[in-house]
Amino acid sequence: MPMHELPITRSLLDLAIRHAEAAGGGRITDLHLEVGRLSGVINRFVQFYWDIVTEGTPAEGALLHFKHIELEMECLGCGAVFNPEGDDYACTACSSTEVQVVDGEQFHLVSIDLEQDDSTMSEG
Amino acid sequence: MGKTIPVVEKITKANDQIAAMNRTRFDEHDIFSLNLMASPGAGKTSLIEKSIPLLADRFRLGVIEGDIATSLDADRTEAAGATSVQINAASCHLDAPMVSQGLDQLDLPSLDIIIVENVGNLVCPASWDLGTHLRVLIASVPEGDDKPFKYPAMYRGVDVLVINKIDLLPYVIFDMDRFREGVEALNRGVVTFPLSCQTGEGIGAWVDWVADQTRQTATL
Repeated sequence: MPMHELPITRSLLDLAIRHAEAAGGGRITDLHLEVGRLSGVINRFVQFYWDIVTEGTPAEGALLHFKHIELEMECLGCGAVFNPEGDDYACTACSSTEVQVVDGEQFHLVSIDLEQDDSTMSEG
Repeated sequence: MGKTIPVVEKITKANDQIAAMNRTRFDEHDIFSLNLMASPGAGKTSLIEKSIPLLADRFRLGVIEGDIATSLDADRTEAAGATSVQINAASCHLDAPMVSQGLDQLDLPSLDIIIVENVGNLVCPASWDLGTHLRVLIASVPEGDDKPFKYPAMYRGVDVLVINKIDLLPYVIFDMDRFREGVEALNRGVVTFPLSCQTGEGIGAWVDWVADQTRQTATL
């Protein structure tokens, strides 16, 4: 089982808490993530560690929403943009292997949803 | 009351900030730095071991070894003539704070090159920038020609590719064209050095390149 999702999940939690505090604090209810196929990050392992690392934090019980970003390549021969399947990176239009990556590398926290009551607001 | 806070940041941002501090430390001391990554047994320590004697007449070398359980690698690179520090990588990869601790243990003004030997792994190290000038991947031919397709993040994210154990090409199933096709799709034009740490073939070109890069870093 890949282990690097543990430090990645801790980084995610730290990042979310920092942004929540900057916005006045409160309970984090949802996190919206973008995960590219090339990021090497496996969602279900992040989810597995998430429930452990968030215990006792303002993000405990928060839901992770993963938006999967497909690997997208561009053919340098005919200009077609395509999503390669598995280990076949050849252009789906002209079969050229002269191709390059255009999307699918990101691993981003896009936004968080906060629940704040009046007392958290005044503390913030 | 609920509200949405936009973030749009890389999740490894905290690591990347420390990586940037490491980079500043390298630059302040005119040190050329490499992050050496590979699967276990691909030849990370062997390449360092073979390179040290060929560089030691011109440059002063330091090695940061990330090893989970032993100091075997640090012992080897120290014996080969490089100041070596062992950092306790209680993980599947090195991260920027670990390298920062390694740098604390080295006398930076007395070094020209620092090689960071990452933990043997083709998945995890790809996500963690250490702040080195360049990232080097060693692929070895017995691993098979399918590795760029199986570990695209790693092949995508490196600046230099060393293909080790080319002396074994006649004996193992490795289609160089298919391998290069995967590499080129993910990382077009990546600098590549086919070599053998066993026979010494190709080591000269690699060492000359490291020497050139070191000189360029020092004069920037």
